[in-house]
Amino acid sequence: MPYDTPVDLDAFRTEVRDWLEENCPPSMRTPMPEDEVVWGGRREKFKNPDSKVWLERMGEKGWTAPTWPTEYGGGGLSREQAKVVDQEMARIKARPPLFSFGLWMFGPALLEFGNEEQKKRFLPDIVMGKTRWCQGYSEPGAGSDLAGLQTKCEDKGDHYLINGQKVWTSYADQADWIFCLVRTDNTKKHEGISFILFDMESDGVEARPIKLISGSSPFCETFFNDVKVPKDQLVGEVNGGWKIAKRLLQFERSSISAGGFGGLGASGALGPDGYAKLHVGTDKEGRVLDGDLRGRIAEHLMYAKAFELTVQRTGEQAKAGQEVGHTASILKYAAAKMNQDKFELIIEALGTEGLGWSGQGFEEDAIKSTRGWLRSKGNSIEGGTSEINLNVIAKRVLGLREHQ
Amino acid sequence: MTFVLTEDQEMLRDTAVNFTRDELPVKHLRGLRDNGKNGVDPDARQQLAELGFFGVLIPEEYDGVGMGMVALGQVMEAQGRTLASTPLLQTACIGASAILLGGTEAQKKEWLPKIAAGEVTTALALDEGSHHNPTGVATEAERDGQGYTLNGAKKYVQDGHHTDVFIVVARTFGEPGDTHGLTLFLVPRDAKGVTVQTLNTVDSHGAAHLTLEDVHVDEAGVLGAPDKGHDLLEPVLDRGRAALAAEMVGSSLAAFEMTHEYLQTRKQFGQLIGSFQALQHRAAKMFAEIELTTSCVAAALSALDEQRNDTAELASVAKARASETVHLVSNDTVQLHGGIGMTDDHESGFYLKRARVQEALLGSASFHRDRFARLNDF
Repeated sequence: MPYDTPVDLDAFRTEVRDWLEENCPPSMRTPMPEDEVVWGGRREKFKNPDSKVWLERMGEKGWTAPTWPTEYGGGGLSREQAKVVDQEMARIKARPPLFSFGLWMFGPALLEFGNEEQKKRFLPDIVMGKTRWCQGYSEPGAGSDLAGLQTKCEDKGDHYLINGQKVWTSYADQADWIFCLVRTDNTKKHEGISFILFDMESDGVEARPIKLISGSSPFCETFFNDVKVPKDQLVGEVNGGWKIAKRLLQFERSSISAGGFGGLGASGALGPDGYAKLHVGTDKEGRVLDGDLRGRIAEHLMYAKAFELTVQRTGEQAKAGQEVGHTASILKYAAAKMNQDKFELIIEALGTEGLGWSGQGFEEDAIKSTRGWLRSKGNSIEGGTSEINLNVIAKRVLGLREHQ
Repeated sequence: MTFVLTEDQEMLRDTAVNFTRDELPVKHLRGLRDNGKNGVDPDARQQLAELGFFGVLIPEEYDGVGMGMVALGQVMEAQGRTLASTPLLQTACIGASAILLGGTEAQKKEWLPKIAAGEVTTALALDEGSHHNPTGVATEAERDGQGYTLNGAKKYVQDGHHTDVFIVVARTFGEPGDTHGLTLFLVPRDAKGVTVQTLNTVDSHGAAHLTLEDVHVDEAGVLGAPDKGHDLLEPVLDRGRAALAAEMVGSSLAAFEMTHEYLQTRKQFGQLIGSFQALQHRAAKMFAEIELTTSCVAAALSALDEQRNDTAELASVAKARASETVHLVSNDTVQLHGGIGMTDDHESGFYLKRARVQEALLGSASFHRDRFARLNDF
């Protein structure tokens, strides 16, 4: 279906509405339990069979990646049209058909930096949810100082040979492919890094889950031992990967910020105000009895409102052609603070009900909130620590100099 | 909600920013202070009138320009940048809104053109204690033959020391704390029984305590429906809060820019102090706070123009966030300037002093957190 501009947005809206009405299965319009989130890829089991149908239909339409060009499987929509799709999906409470690092991070970067053959090869499978990607960035010795990475990539004539270790690789044990930063030159720091892609089933790849303080294991240690990679799987120039890495980090920060860490899991569902009303109690006028806690909850919710409005403002300014690149680090910093404050307040409002770990005697939702609170401690570490984000704001946005 | 200015709004902003920068810089406020003028400058009032700033909210049929709250917010932000002491918040925003939203056709015809022309200024006389409390009114208005007789006292009335007309909130029914039973009255400064006690305030803008002793107001001076003043007052206050929050964003930005500049010029240990990470992070946090608050203020102003149903919540978010932001920035401005920030010669102190007045006017952060919680049912 062609979407040549200019198109009548109202007509488009009607079209979207009709299509969704016909194609979104009823169970995909209900709140999504955590275990029904679809990440796609070879290991996807589709706990709810409707979610497979929903993903296939949205993928065929290209609406999992609405603004990507149609030649790579995307929807070919303008930003305005994509917004209409979003709004219409929200209207019927349609679940997102796919959660995907391919959609949020790797795809947008490949669109900018990949060659034609790479885009044709990898993007359509991301749109359809057939390939699940993971991100090989951090290493034991390279966290905040990411450019210090040491994973070695040698040119062996007809292939590359990779040796080294990554850490905090999200869902590496579930992923099909990895986009990975490797060192192709030892004599330079930033200019010695390349951006390469390979199959996680290649010989010599091993992913071991890491257990977190929250009890869950969303991350892995990933080992590469003489992994052979075809030469056409290096993106951009040899030693030119840092530029791609940084751009991809912007996409990562924006996607984290846009969701405010709220997309995954349903813990803390009632919000701090809801738990406070329930567990602290209210006076005759419906006010939370603990006035001090009530004030801090209001302060937090206002911060959350400010965050939401800033995401909205940035979007509108970008659409109007204004420069908004500087806001990614601000939003990432703010999103981490917001989510951590939220969970601290929830735990405080829950009282001892929020101090369970497992088993009987605690509400399931309370235990989820406790786990969510522990997990939120990582928000100011992953995707660039809050301190690194403050550095970025100070140096790149405010132009303050490096210490000599 | 819209976050991008129209061309007309941008032009107004540029005019206002240039005007306050050139004609009403902080130096000007210092001059008024040192010459005992208590923030009052009739020439500046005349210039503001010529620029059309008093009529931003007033429709063209009453000789204004009818541009709305987003537009007025641009002017307020500009005046906040230089801490300009003007009657705009009280007159162009609160006074004009009260008459527009509550006035009879005759009252609009009488007052609005004069306000737009800068011939008449107004000041809302509401609070009676030292904290903002719109329902805590004890001042009484008793029916007499041809109108009402007012008795009571008002505290820290912004612009009260020089305004032409007071908009007095008095109780025609009930007890302090009741929302029902409030009525608004237009009371000329020279009315019999009105006593104005001029205050020298920390921000050098001045203010006044007001005493009303058997002040007679006839029917023409009643603004809006008797006893239902609260319904008129709330939207008027919310406009004032959003406009004041815009002013506070301007002050925060200007203080931040001054500090940012200093970080890039002051050297210690052979280094620019702006290269020290401890200070970089403070600057980055201030900047992030200002960015977040800017969105809240823009949303509140825009919601008021669109008459959305969440204006009260957004006005409280804007005022509370602006209070927290200007508090942080004004404190850090003094601290990051070090010793020079403590001197009267420097402008840091002006921003710090004005910040606390801005924070208190029309409800502190704490007041608005409470209001936000009520509006959100917790």
